[in-house]
Amino acid sequence: MKKTALILLFAGVLLSGPISTSGRAASWSGVDETVIEKFAEKAGRPAWKPFINTDQGDLLLFVFLLAGAAGGFAAGYWFRVLFPPRRKNAVCPAPVERSKGGCPPGHNGKRILNHDV
Amino acid sequence: MLDKRAKTRKAVTPAKAGVQNCLRSPDSRFRGYNEKEEKGGTAPLFFLFLVVSLCALPTPAFAMHISEGILPISWALLWYAAALPFVIWGLRNLRRRSEEAPWFKPLVGLVGAAVFLISCMPIPVPSAGTCSHPCGTGIAAILIGPGLTTVVASIALTLQALFLAHGGLTTLGANIVSMGAAGAWVGWGVFTAARRLGLPWIAAAFLAGMLSDWATYATTSLELAAALHGDGPFTTMFSLILLAFVPTQLPLGILEGFLCAGVLKFVRSRRPELLRTVPAGGAA
Repeated sequence: MKKTALILLFAGVLLSGPISTSGRAASWSGVDETVIEKFAEKAGRPAWKPFINTDQGDLLLFVFLLAGAAGGFAAGYWFRVLFPPRRKNAVCPAPVERSKGGCPPGHNGKRILNHDV
Repeated sequence: MLDKRAKTRKAVTPAKAGVQNCLRSPDSRFRGYNEKEEKGGTAPLFFLFLVVSLCALPTPAFAMHISEGILPISWALLWYAAALPFVIWGLRNLRRRSEEAPWFKPLVGLVGAAVFLISCMPIPVPSAGTCSHPCGTGIAAILIGPGLTTVVASIALTLQALFLAHGGLTTLGANIVSMGAAGAWVGWGVFTAARRLGLPWIAAAFLAGMLSDWATYATTSLELAAALHGDGPFTTMFSLILLAFVPTQLPLGILEGFLCAGVLKFVRSRRPELLRTVPAGGAA
Protein backbone atom coordinates (compact mmCIF):
# COMPACT_ATOMS: atom_id res chain seq x y z
CA MET A 1 0.00 0.00 0.00
CA LYS A 2 2.77 2.36 1.03
CA LYS A 3 4.78 1.38 -2.02
CA THR A 4 1.83 1.96 -4.35
CA ALA A 5 1.16 5.36 -2.77
CA LEU A 6 4.78 6.37 -3.30
CA ILE A 7 4.68 5.25 -6.93
CA LEU A 8 1.45 7.14 -7.53
CA LEU A 9 2.95 10.25 -5.91
CA PHE A 10 6.02 10.00 -8.13
CA ALA A 11 3.85 9.48 -11.20
CA GLY A 12 1.74 12.47 -10.18
CA VAL A 13 4.80 14.68 -9.93
CA LEU A 14 5.93 13.55 -13.37
CA LEU A 15 2.54 14.04 -14.96
CA SER A 16 1.90 17.38 -13.27
CA GLY A 17 4.31 19.02 -15.68
CA PRO A 18 2.61 18.28 -19.01
CA ILE A 19 -0.86 18.67 -17.51
CA SER A 20 -0.13 22.10 -16.04
CA THR A 21 0.88 23.58 -19.44
CA SER A 22 -2.71 24.62 -20.09
CA GLY A 23 -2.72 26.88 -17.04
CA ARG A 24 0.57 28.68 -17.56
CA ALA A 25 2.81 30.06 -20.25
CA ALA A 26 5.56 27.52 -19.77
CA SER A 27 7.61 26.71 -22.85
CA TRP A 28 9.07 23.49 -21.43
CA SER A 29 12.32 24.23 -23.21
CA GLY A 30 15.30 22.34 -21.97
CA VAL A 31 17.96 23.96 -19.86
CA ASP A 32 20.29 23.61 -22.83
CA GLU A 33 18.16 26.24 -24.59
CA THR A 34 17.20 28.37 -21.61
CA VAL A 35 20.61 28.42 -19.95
CA ILE A 36 23.50 26.96 -21.96
CA GLU A 37 22.68 28.26 -25.45
CA LYS A 38 21.50 31.59 -24.07
CA PHE A 39 24.86 32.25 -22.42
CA ALA A 40 26.74 30.84 -25.40
CA GLU A 41 24.96 33.14 -27.83
CA LYS A 42 25.66 36.12 -25.61
CA ALA A 43 29.32 35.16 -25.70
CA GLY A 44 29.22 34.84 -29.50
CA ARG A 45 29.39 31.03 -29.62
CA PRO A 46 26.04 29.81 -30.90
CA ALA A 47 25.51 26.06 -31.07
CA TRP A 48 26.18 24.28 -34.34
CA LYS A 49 23.80 21.88 -35.95
CA PRO A 50 24.62 18.29 -34.95
CA PHE A 51 26.87 16.38 -37.36
CA ILE A 52 24.13 13.80 -37.80
CA ASN A 53 21.12 16.06 -37.60
CA THR A 54 18.17 14.01 -36.46
CA ASP A 55 16.44 17.11 -35.10
CA GLN A 56 14.18 17.43 -38.15
CA GLY A 57 10.45 17.09 -37.86
CA ASP A 58 9.37 13.86 -36.23
CA LEU A 59 12.66 12.16 -37.03
CA LEU A 60 13.88 13.00 -33.55
CA LEU A 61 10.85 11.32 -31.99
CA PHE A 62 11.57 8.26 -34.11
CA VAL A 63 15.21 7.99 -33.05
CA PHE A 64 14.21 8.58 -29.44
CA LEU A 65 11.70 5.79 -29.75
CA LEU A 66 14.39 3.51 -31.18
CA ALA A 67 16.83 4.52 -28.46
CA GLY A 68 14.20 3.97 -25.78
CA ALA A 69 13.30 0.56 -27.17
CA ALA A 70 16.94 -0.54 -27.47
CA GLY A 71 17.86 0.82 -24.05
CA GLY A 72 14.72 -0.65 -22.51
CA PHE A 73 15.43 -4.05 -24.06
CA ALA A 74 19.02 -4.03 -22.80
CA ALA A 75 17.95 -2.90 -19.34
CA GLY A 76 15.21 -5.53 -19.22
CA TYR A 77 17.55 -8.29 -20.39
CA TRP A 78 20.18 -7.56 -17.77
CA PHE A 79 17.53 -6.98 -15.12
CA ARG A 80 16.16 -10.46 -15.78
CA VAL A 81 19.66 -11.92 -15.58
CA LEU A 82 20.31 -10.25 -12.24
CA PHE A 83 16.81 -10.43 -10.79
CA PRO A 84 15.21 -13.53 -12.31
CA PRO A 85 11.64 -14.48 -11.48
CA ARG A 86 11.10 -16.79 -8.54
CA ARG A 87 11.31 -20.50 -9.15
CA LYS A 88 9.22 -22.74 -6.94
CA ASN A 89 11.44 -25.80 -7.24
CA ALA A 90 14.83 -24.14 -7.45
CA VAL A 91 17.69 -26.25 -6.16
CA CYS A 92 20.10 -24.78 -3.69
CA PRO A 93 23.58 -24.62 -5.25
CA ALA A 94 26.60 -26.61 -4.24
CA PRO A 95 28.50 -25.49 -1.12
CA VAL A 96 31.34 -24.06 -3.24
CA GLU A 97 28.96 -21.79 -5.12
CA ARG A 98 27.23 -20.81 -1.93
CA SER A 99 30.46 -19.61 -0.47
CA LYS A 100 30.79 -17.20 -3.40
CA GLY A 101 27.46 -15.53 -3.20
CA GLY A 102 24.76 -17.35 -1.31
CA CYS A 103 21.81 -19.12 -2.86
CA PRO A 104 20.98 -18.18 -6.42
CA PRO A 105 18.64 -15.28 -7.09
CA GLY A 106 15.04 -16.35 -7.24
CA HIS A 107 15.62 -19.28 -4.97
CA ASN A 108 12.94 -19.60 -2.36
CA GLY A 109 14.63 -21.25 0.56
CA LYS A 110 11.51 -22.00 2.57
CA ARG A 111 9.98 -24.22 -0.07
CA ILE A 112 13.14 -26.27 -0.44
CA LEU A 113 13.40 -26.62 3.32
CA ASN A 114 9.88 -27.94 3.62
CA HIS A 115 10.15 -30.19 0.60
CA ASP A 116 13.57 -31.73 1.00
CA VAL A 117 14.23 -31.91 4.69
CA MET B 1 6.36 -39.28 15.94
CA LEU B 2 9.09 -37.10 17.35
CA ASP B 3 11.56 -40.00 17.29
CA LYS B 4 10.73 -40.61 13.65
CA ARG B 5 11.48 -37.00 12.83
CA ALA B 6 14.72 -37.12 14.75
CA LYS B 7 15.81 -40.23 12.81
CA THR B 8 14.96 -38.55 9.53
CA ARG B 9 17.12 -35.57 10.46
CA LYS B 10 20.06 -37.79 11.38
CA ALA B 11 19.84 -39.44 7.97
CA VAL B 12 20.30 -36.21 6.09
CA THR B 13 22.98 -36.53 3.41
CA PRO B 14 25.93 -34.10 3.25
CA ALA B 15 24.35 -32.41 0.24
CA LYS B 16 21.12 -31.89 2.13
CA ALA B 17 23.07 -30.70 5.12
CA GLY B 18 24.60 -28.12 2.83
CA VAL B 19 21.14 -27.04 1.78
CA GLN B 20 20.14 -26.71 5.40
CA ASN B 21 23.22 -24.74 6.27
CA CYS B 22 22.61 -22.48 3.36
CA LEU B 23 19.04 -21.86 4.33
CA ARG B 24 19.78 -21.40 8.00
CA SER B 25 22.84 -19.29 7.48
CA PRO B 26 22.86 -16.03 9.42
CA ASP B 27 23.69 -14.50 6.05
CA SER B 28 20.25 -15.52 4.89
CA ARG B 29 19.51 -12.08 3.57
CA PHE B 30 21.62 -13.06 0.54
CA ARG B 31 19.17 -15.76 -0.35
CA GLY B 32 16.77 -13.95 -2.63
CA TYR B 33 13.23 -12.94 -1.98
CA ASN B 34 11.15 -12.84 1.12
CA GLU B 35 7.45 -13.29 1.43
CA LYS B 36 6.73 -9.60 1.86
CA GLU B 37 8.31 -8.77 -1.49
CA GLU B 38 6.47 -11.59 -3.21
CA LYS B 39 3.21 -9.80 -2.56
CA GLY B 40 4.41 -6.60 -4.25
CA GLY B 41 5.54 -8.28 -7.47
CA THR B 42 6.87 -6.37 -10.42
CA ALA B 43 3.57 -4.77 -11.47
CA PRO B 44 4.21 -1.47 -9.64
CA LEU B 45 7.66 -1.26 -11.21
CA PHE B 46 6.21 -1.89 -14.65
CA PHE B 47 3.63 0.83 -14.02
CA LEU B 48 6.38 3.22 -12.96
CA PHE B 49 8.39 2.38 -16.09
CA LEU B 50 5.31 2.98 -18.23
CA VAL B 51 4.63 6.39 -16.69
CA VAL B 52 8.26 7.43 -17.05
CA SER B 53 8.29 6.27 -20.67
CA LEU B 54 5.08 8.13 -21.47
CA CYS B 55 6.49 11.30 -19.95
CA ALA B 56 9.72 10.91 -21.85
CA LEU B 57 8.52 10.06 -25.31
CA PRO B 58 6.42 13.04 -26.39
CA THR B 59 9.09 15.62 -25.59
CA PRO B 60 11.96 16.31 -27.96
CA ALA B 61 15.57 16.22 -26.84
CA PHE B 62 15.67 19.01 -24.32
CA ALA B 63 18.72 18.40 -22.26
CA MET B 64 21.51 19.81 -20.23
CA HIS B 65 24.46 18.52 -22.24
CA ILE B 66 26.60 21.22 -23.79
CA SER B 67 25.55 21.42 -27.44
CA GLU B 68 27.78 21.00 -30.45
CA GLY B 69 30.20 23.83 -31.19
CA ILE B 70 29.60 25.93 -28.09
CA LEU B 71 33.08 25.38 -26.65
CA PRO B 72 36.14 26.77 -28.46
CA ILE B 73 38.38 24.05 -29.84
CA SER B 74 41.12 24.63 -27.24
CA TRP B 75 38.66 24.11 -24.39
CA ALA B 76 37.08 21.14 -26.14
CA LEU B 77 40.49 19.47 -26.42
CA LEU B 78 41.33 20.28 -22.83
CA TRP B 79 38.15 18.60 -21.58
CA TYR B 80 38.84 15.58 -23.80
CA ALA B 81 42.27 15.32 -22.21
CA ALA B 82 40.74 15.65 -18.75
CA ALA B 83 38.15 12.94 -19.45
CA LEU B 84 40.59 10.41 -20.91
CA PRO B 85 42.28 9.25 -17.66
CA PHE B 86 38.91 8.66 -16.01
CA VAL B 87 37.76 6.50 -18.94
CA ILE B 88 41.01 4.51 -19.10
CA TRP B 89 40.96 3.89 -15.36
CA GLY B 90 37.34 2.78 -15.56
CA LEU B 91 38.05 0.31 -18.37
CA ARG B 92 40.90 -1.27 -16.42
CA ASN B 93 38.61 -1.46 -13.42
CA LEU B 94 36.03 -3.43 -15.45
CA ARG B 95 38.46 -6.26 -16.20
CA ARG B 96 39.63 -6.56 -12.61
CA ARG B 97 36.19 -6.50 -11.05
CA SER B 98 34.65 -8.88 -13.61
CA GLU B 99 37.21 -11.49 -12.62
CA GLU B 100 36.29 -11.05 -8.97
CA ALA B 101 32.52 -11.40 -9.40
CA PRO B 102 30.75 -13.18 -12.29
CA TRP B 103 27.63 -11.05 -11.90
CA PHE B 104 29.54 -7.82 -12.33
CA LYS B 105 29.32 -7.57 -16.14
CA PRO B 106 25.52 -8.00 -16.19
CA LEU B 107 25.33 -5.34 -13.49
CA VAL B 108 27.44 -2.96 -15.59
CA GLY B 109 25.17 -3.72 -18.57
CA LEU B 110 22.05 -2.94 -16.57
CA VAL B 111 23.51 0.23 -15.05
CA GLY B 112 24.78 1.38 -18.45
CA ALA B 113 21.36 0.95 -20.06
CA ALA B 114 19.75 2.74 -17.11
CA VAL B 115 22.17 5.69 -17.32
CA PHE B 116 21.51 5.95 -21.06
CA LEU B 117 17.74 5.94 -20.56
CA ILE B 118 17.75 8.27 -17.56
CA SER B 119 20.07 10.80 -19.17
CA CYS B 120 17.89 11.17 -22.26
CA MET B 121 14.63 11.39 -20.35
CA PRO B 122 13.46 14.99 -20.11
CA ILE B 123 11.36 15.72 -17.07
CA PRO B 124 9.19 18.84 -16.96
CA VAL B 125 9.71 20.95 -13.87
CA PRO B 126 6.45 22.87 -13.25
CA SER B 127 8.06 25.36 -10.85
CA ALA B 128 10.46 26.52 -13.58
CA GLY B 129 8.43 25.83 -16.72
CA THR B 130 11.42 24.09 -18.26
CA CYS B 131 12.63 20.56 -18.81
CA SER B 132 15.77 18.79 -17.79
CA HIS B 133 16.83 15.29 -16.93
CA PRO B 134 18.45 13.42 -14.07
CA CYS B 135 21.81 11.81 -14.76
CA GLY B 136 21.66 8.49 -12.91
CA THR B 137 25.37 8.69 -12.19
CA GLY B 138 24.92 8.84 -8.42
CA ILE B 139 23.27 5.43 -8.14
CA ALA B 140 25.55 4.08 -10.89
CA ALA B 141 28.62 5.10 -8.90
CA ILE B 142 27.28 3.38 -5.79
CA LEU B 143 26.55 0.16 -7.67
CA ILE B 144 29.51 -0.18 -10.03
CA GLY B 145 31.98 2.40 -8.78
CA PRO B 146 32.90 5.84 -10.11
CA GLY B 147 35.45 4.62 -12.69
CA LEU B 148 32.99 2.39 -14.51
CA THR B 149 30.28 5.00 -14.21
CA THR B 150 32.51 7.28 -16.27
CA VAL B 151 32.79 4.53 -18.90
CA VAL B 152 29.05 3.86 -19.15
CA ALA B 153 28.30 7.59 -19.14
CA SER B 154 30.81 8.07 -21.98
CA ILE B 155 29.09 5.42 -24.07
CA ALA B 156 25.66 6.92 -23.35
CA LEU B 157 26.86 10.43 -24.17
CA THR B 158 28.52 9.30 -27.41
CA LEU B 159 25.34 7.59 -28.62
CA GLN B 160 23.28 10.64 -27.69
CA ALA B 161 25.69 13.00 -29.45
CA LEU B 162 25.74 10.86 -32.59
CA PHE B 163 22.10 9.97 -33.06
CA LEU B 164 19.89 11.97 -30.71
CA ALA B 165 21.04 15.56 -31.35
CA HIS B 166 21.82 15.58 -27.66
CA GLY B 167 25.15 17.10 -26.66
CA GLY B 168 27.84 17.04 -29.31
CA LEU B 169 31.03 15.38 -30.48
CA THR B 170 33.15 18.50 -29.97
CA THR B 171 31.75 18.91 -26.46
CA LEU B 172 31.83 15.20 -25.60
CA GLY B 173 34.92 15.53 -23.41
CA ALA B 174 33.34 18.32 -21.38
CA ASN B 175 30.10 16.39 -21.01
CA ILE B 176 31.98 13.26 -19.90
CA VAL B 177 33.83 15.29 -17.27
CA SER B 178 30.66 16.91 -15.92
CA MET B 179 28.29 13.95 -15.98
CA GLY B 180 30.57 10.93 -16.07
CA ALA B 181 33.41 12.03 -13.83
CA ALA B 182 32.18 14.82 -11.54
CA GLY B 183 28.70 13.35 -11.02
CA ALA B 184 30.06 9.87 -10.40
CA TRP B 185 32.88 10.83 -8.06
CA VAL B 186 30.74 13.22 -6.04
CA GLY B 187 27.98 10.61 -5.73
CA TRP B 188 30.43 7.91 -4.68
CA GLY B 189 32.31 10.23 -2.34
CA VAL B 190 29.18 11.53 -0.65
CA PHE B 191 27.79 8.02 -0.17
CA THR B 192 31.07 6.75 1.27
CA ALA B 193 31.50 9.73 3.57
CA ALA B 194 27.90 9.64 4.75
CA ARG B 195 28.12 5.93 5.57
CA ARG B 196 31.38 6.42 7.43
CA LEU B 197 29.74 9.23 9.40
CA GLY B 198 27.10 6.74 10.45
CA LEU B 199 24.16 7.96 8.38
CA PRO B 200 21.57 5.32 7.44
CA TRP B 201 22.21 3.91 3.99
CA ILE B 202 18.95 5.35 2.62
CA ALA B 203 19.91 8.88 3.69
CA ALA B 204 23.39 8.37 2.30
CA ALA B 205 21.92 7.23 -1.04
CA PHE B 206 19.54 10.19 -1.14
CA LEU B 207 22.39 12.63 -0.53
CA ALA B 208 24.58 10.89 -3.10
CA GLY B 209 21.90 11.07 -5.79
CA MET B 210 21.01 14.68 -5.07
CA LEU B 211 24.55 16.01 -4.80
CA SER B 212 25.79 14.07 -7.82
CA ASP B 213 23.10 15.76 -9.90
CA TRP B 214 23.97 19.19 -8.57
CA ALA B 215 27.68 18.53 -9.02
CA THR B 216 27.07 17.69 -12.68
CA TYR B 217 25.39 21.03 -13.29
CA ALA B 218 27.95 22.92 -11.23
CA THR B 219 30.69 21.40 -13.38
CA THR B 220 28.78 22.28 -16.55
CA SER B 221 28.56 25.86 -15.27
CA LEU B 222 32.30 25.86 -14.61
CA GLU B 223 33.07 24.53 -18.09
CA LEU B 224 30.85 27.12 -19.74
CA ALA B 225 32.10 30.00 -17.59
CA ALA B 226 35.74 29.07 -18.19
CA ALA B 227 35.26 29.01 -21.95
CA LEU B 228 32.82 31.87 -22.41
CA HIS B 229 33.63 34.51 -19.78
CA GLY B 230 35.77 36.46 -22.27
CA ASP B 231 37.07 39.67 -20.73
CA GLY B 232 34.61 39.58 -17.84
CA PRO B 233 35.34 37.97 -14.51
CA PHE B 234 35.09 34.18 -14.41
CA THR B 235 33.37 34.09 -11.04
CA THR B 236 30.54 36.36 -12.15
CA MET B 237 29.88 34.28 -15.24
CA PHE B 238 30.08 31.08 -13.23
CA SER B 239 27.62 32.40 -10.62
CA LEU B 240 25.19 33.60 -13.29
CA ILE B 241 25.12 30.27 -15.09
CA LEU B 242 24.86 28.34 -11.84
CA LEU B 243 21.95 30.50 -10.67
CA ALA B 244 20.20 30.05 -14.00
CA PHE B 245 20.29 26.29 -13.47
CA VAL B 246 18.86 26.48 -9.95
CA PRO B 247 15.08 26.67 -10.64
CA THR B 248 15.19 23.52 -12.76
CA GLN B 249 17.93 21.54 -11.10
CA LEU B 250 17.05 22.13 -7.48
CA PRO B 251 13.84 20.05 -7.62
CA LEU B 252 15.32 17.64 -10.13
CA GLY B 253 18.28 16.96 -7.85
CA ILE B 254 15.88 16.13 -5.03
CA LEU B 255 13.99 13.81 -7.39
CA GLU B 256 17.26 12.11 -8.29
CA GLY B 257 17.98 11.68 -4.59
CA PHE B 258 14.70 9.80 -4.16
CA LEU B 259 15.43 7.76 -7.29
CA CYS B 260 18.85 6.80 -5.95
CA ALA B 261 17.49 5.81 -2.54
CA GLY B 262 14.63 3.84 -4.13
CA VAL B 263 16.89 1.87 -6.43
CA LEU B 264 19.29 1.05 -3.61
CA LYS B 265 16.40 -0.06 -1.41
CA PHE B 266 15.19 -2.35 -4.19
CA VAL B 267 18.63 -3.91 -4.74
CA ARG B 268 19.15 -4.36 -1.00
CA SER B 269 15.89 -6.21 -0.66
CA ARG B 270 16.24 -8.39 -3.78
CA ARG B 271 19.95 -9.10 -4.19
CA PRO B 272 22.03 -7.58 -1.43
CA GLU B 273 25.10 -9.53 -2.54
CA LEU B 274 25.35 -7.07 -5.44
CA LEU B 275 26.24 -4.47 -2.84
CA ARG B 276 29.14 -6.39 -1.33
CA THR B 277 31.65 -4.26 -3.16
CA VAL B 278 29.94 -1.02 -2.19
CA PRO B 279 32.21 1.05 0.02
CA ALA B 280 31.45 1.71 3.67
CA GLY B 281 29.01 -1.14 4.07
CA GLY B 282 26.39 -0.36 1.48
CA ALA B 283 24.70 -3.65 2.15
CA ALA B 284 24.70 -3.20 5.89
